[in-house]
Amino acid sequence: MENLLNIFIKSIFIDNMIFAYFLGMCSYLAVSKTVKTSVGLGIAVTFVLVITVPVNYLIYNYLLKKGALAWLGKGFADVDLSFLSFIIFIAVIATMVQIVEMIIEKFSPALYNSLGIFLPLIAVNCAILGASLFMQEREYHNIGEVTAFALGSGIGWFLAIVCLAAIREKLRYSNVPGPLKGLGITFILTGLIAIAFMGMMGIKL
Amino acid sequence: MSATEKEPLFSAKNIKLLTGPLGKNNPITVQVLGICSALAVTVKLKPALVMALSVTVVVAVSNVVISALRSHIPDRIRIIVQLVVIATLVIIVDQLLKAYAFDVSKQLSIFVGLIITNCIIMGRLEAFALSNKPWQSFLDGVGNGAGYGIILIVVAFFRELLGSGSIMGYPVIQKLGLYSAGYENNGMMILPPMALILVGLIIWFQRSRDKSLIEKK
Repeated sequence: MENLLNIFIKSIFIDNMIFAYFLGMCSYLAVSKTVKTSVGLGIAVTFVLVITVPVNYLIYNYLLKKGALAWLGKGFADVDLSFLSFIIFIAVIATMVQIVEMIIEKFSPALYNSLGIFLPLIAVNCAILGASLFMQEREYHNIGEVTAFALGSGIGWFLAIVCLAAIREKLRYSNVPGPLKGLGITFILTGLIAIAFMGMMGIKL
Repeated sequence: MSATEKEPLFSAKNIKLLTGPLGKNNPITVQVLGICSALAVTVKLKPALVMALSVTVVVAVSNVVISALRSHIPDRIRIIVQLVVIATLVIIVDQLLKAYAFDVSKQLSIFVGLIITNCIIMGRLEAFALSNKPWQSFLDGVGNGAGYGIILIVVAFFRELLGSGSIMGYPVIQKLGLYSAGYENNGMMILPPMALILVGLIIWFQRSRDKSLIEKK
């Protein structure tokens, strides 16, 4: 249990998807204009992460990894399908996003309209695929750890985008030099927040 | 159809497709695409070069494939079709890198896989390849890949020079003897946040040169 909590906290603050790895930057920068839409996107991303990462973990460990097919019989014991992982992961993610899109369209048309193009683009949100690839690289021990990691990463992403959106809402009233307006200042802002987050590096949990 | 077929391969319009993304229509600083995987690979110049090259190849080839298939792909499942094409190409690139440039492939770690979700590729497929001919799409892909590459290389150049005091692994600062004069590497440059701030500065520079890019709000 303690171990799960460690992974959870670590993936929110220390290995934050945005500030430590820059994953999911495109929608992060584009949707963070108002707090309301960013909350919606943050929730959608967290939700998709919590579903896809454990599913991909199971697929990877029981179908793709070297020796994973051993349960099929002796002949399959050293089949290594891990080169297929990219294409399988992205297929799972695209399917899940389609489902989430249909659910949101049905139950919250307002949210659906305000997310606009970015809902289908969650499928190509680097944070989602990135989390699956990190899962593959870091070799978590069981599905509980993987879920804690996915939930933590999602919440970390959520906090990051809401935080940036709140700052950008205030920023609209400040006197930024012309060429830096919009995108430029947002980049520098994210950089500064990321530097603050670096203070948490090296914390041993 | 015949009128457009006679269009020369490198007409002024096509050249513009190739050069536009290098400056005025740069994928990173103007279209805000593909920042995700761009910034984490720019600590050193060499991985940045490899990354730029891989992305260019994938963008160009997937643009051609999707453009050639564009009238056969049903609109509703186009995203999955595009992802499958991209993922296949990325697997090929990944396997090639593992075979011929293993150390760079280790340094890039998951970011090779993340080319799949690089918004530049999806963005160009959606915005360009689905409605244009293969040759134009190819030029567009190469142009956008190069535009992405340029930013990557500029950022990586400064980060490696100021952060580790070398260019492509060659210890420039040490050879110039600046260390004995009291110069020290800026450790901050190696940290990820500096990549963001550098891109911010590049945007600032570009937009103050070209006022038409300044955002209204």
